[in-house]
This record gives sequence, structure tokens and C-alpha cells, in this order.
Amino acid sequence: MDRLLNVMTFFSVSLIALVLFSVRRSHIRVEYSVSWLGAAVTLLLLSRSRNTLEWLASMLQLTYAPLALLFLVLLVFLVVFYRFSVIISELKDANIALAQKVAILEYRIESVPNNEKVQSTGA
Amino acid sequence: MMAPSGEAPLLIIVPAYNEEGAIAQVIREIQEAQPGVPVLVIDDCSVDSTATLARRAGAHVLSLPHHLGLGGCVQAGYKLAYELGYEYVIRVDGDGQHDPRDIQKIYEVLLKSRCEMVIGSRFVYGDGNHTSLARSLGIRLFRLILRPILGKPVRDPTSGFVGVNRAALSVFSRSFPLEYPEIEALVVLQRKAFRFEEVPCRMRPRRAGKSSITAVKSLYYIIHVLLGVFVNILKYEGRRKRG
Repeated sequence: MDRLLNVMTFFSVSLIALVLFSVRRSHIRVEYSVSWLGAAVTLLLLSRSRNTLEWLASMLQLTYAPLALLFLVLLVFLVVFYRFSVIISELKDANIALAQKVAILEYRIESVPNNEKVQSTGA
Repeated sequence: MMAPSGEAPLLIIVPAYNEEGAIAQVIREIQEAQPGVPVLVIDDCSVDSTATLARRAGAHVLSLPHHLGLGGCVQAGYKLAYELGYEYVIRVDGDGQHDPRDIQKIYEVLLKSRCEMVIGSRFVYGDGNHTSLARSLGIRLFRLILRPILGKPVRDPTSGFVGVNRAALSVFSRSFPLEYPEIEALVVLQRKAFRFEEVPCRMRPRRAGKSSITAVKSLYYIIHVLLGVFVNILKYEGRRKRG
């Protein structure tokens, strides 16, 4: 049990370090790092709190306490993946709307006669 | 720019992706069938000469900056048509499967029936030529599913040969299904209490290139569209409750 919890602690600390490093390098925006940091800190705290873990295991009727931690890991990451699916969908919608807007604006600009373009530039 | 003219200005839109083998002929046929009616090709970021050949053939070209897929491509055309003030838009596919001589039939039904959407159907007279077995089975399945949802039978729910009026343009320019849009678009219109009609149309084999629909994609298509249909029904109920 101790070995599994130690591995989970190491994994959580590594995840926190990786996320912070990525934010510092601007690979992840701060608002999107919050979910990962929240998940990693939760796992870290649980892996270091044997009493909480055993209480959780008894609530879930699990005989082996670390299984509760693995169950939580699964739940937390499912929620994080869901959140990112929502974000990706929003980004895709925005991206499509932008691409259509760009195409329409380009079409409108190309349709303006050249002499009008020169006049508006001169003005 | 394509300024709308006349009492019931019509625009013909042609979504196209890598259709250099067919696009020029399709545009010429449309111009022969509907002289003076502007043709807008929406080039979905083709990697071949589709856009160049379309311009050379006399069409206006709306070039998307990156590949959006059929729904995003068609919606871009609807948005531009709506912004420019067109009353009617008829979509003709860029692969040459739709016969432009049928555009007039769709336009006349749009004008006379005052329906929001008119579908060019290959099955109205039971003629389903050039339709693969897999597609025929898919169409039969969707007919069964759509019948109670739409409140009337639809014979060719997957047809892309479609005309819409300004009311439908207004809806589609704001919300349009992105992948495999034809069937979901019917449900979107139904949720707005809009009406549709079908008119018999000829379908021809593709002039060039090959269909991107494989057996696996057909299965994905069915699942995707079924999900899209039910999601659209749920969306409608939610809005009604809030309203």
C-alpha cells in the first residue's frame, strides 16, 4: 500500500511541476491549468492522508484502500477530460465562425473596385 | 460583388472541395440553365485548382482559409447570401451529380409553395439511380426515423440539392449542422415550425473524383446523424421550457 501511495505522491508532484513549468513557458494558459492543478493537488493530499483514504474506501465498500484512490483518479480525470471537450467544442465553433468571417471579408474586399481601394487608402 | 436583383433574387451556391475535374462543367451547366443568375462557389480550401477554374468559368468564389467540412462550407455561403440580401438560395453540389436543369423546378416550388425549404429528391418517382446499396439502406432507416419527427414523409433526406428562402437562410446563417448537415438541417427547420417540399430531380454519377464515403464512414455517418437528430430535438425542448 505504501509503495502505491508513494508512487501516487511522486506522480502528483510531477504533474504539478509539469503544469507550472508549462504555464511559465506559456504552453498552457493559466485558466486551463487550474483543472490540472486542482486534480493533482487533490491526488497529492489523498495520497498523503491515509485516514481519509481508508474512510473513503469504507464508504465505497472497498477492502483495499488504495483502490479508492485509483477510483478517484479515474473520476477526476474524466471530469477534466469532459471540461476540455467542452472547451475544444467552443474553440471549434469560434474557429469556424472566424474562418467564415475572414472568407466573407476577403470576398468583400476583393469585390471593391481597385480605384475605390486607392481612394480609401489615400483618405 | 453579387448584388441581388429582381423581385425574388436567387443565388446558386456550389460547395466544392478538390473538384477541379468537375467544377468548370458544373458552372457552365448552371449558367446555361439559369442565365444571369449569380453562381457562388465556396471553396473549402481545396489543394487543387478548384478555385482558379471556378473563377475562370465565371463564378464568384468564396475561399475559406482552412478546411471546414461540408456544413461549415455551406453555412459560409448562406451567411454571405443573407448578408447580401438574397431571398432564395439553391445549393448544387460541385461534383456534377445534380442536374442544373432541375434548378428551375426547385425555384418555382420555392416561390409558389412559400415553403422554407425545397429538396430535390431522386426518389419522388421511385427512381433512385446512382445510389449505392449502403446509402439506400441508410436512407430507408432515416426515412423511418424522420417520419414521426417531421410529421410527414421525406423520401430523400440525404439530398444536397436543396433550395431555401430567406427565413431559412436567417436560421441557417446562425446555426447549421457542421458534419453531414442535410438530415439535421431538416430537424432544425422542423423545430422552427418551417415547412419543406420535395420535387423530383435527376441524379447523375460523379463527373470526376471519388466519393469519400467508405463502409466505416457510413456507419459513423449513421451514428453521428442519429445523435445529431436527437440532440436537436432536445435543444428545442429546452428552449421551449425557458421561453
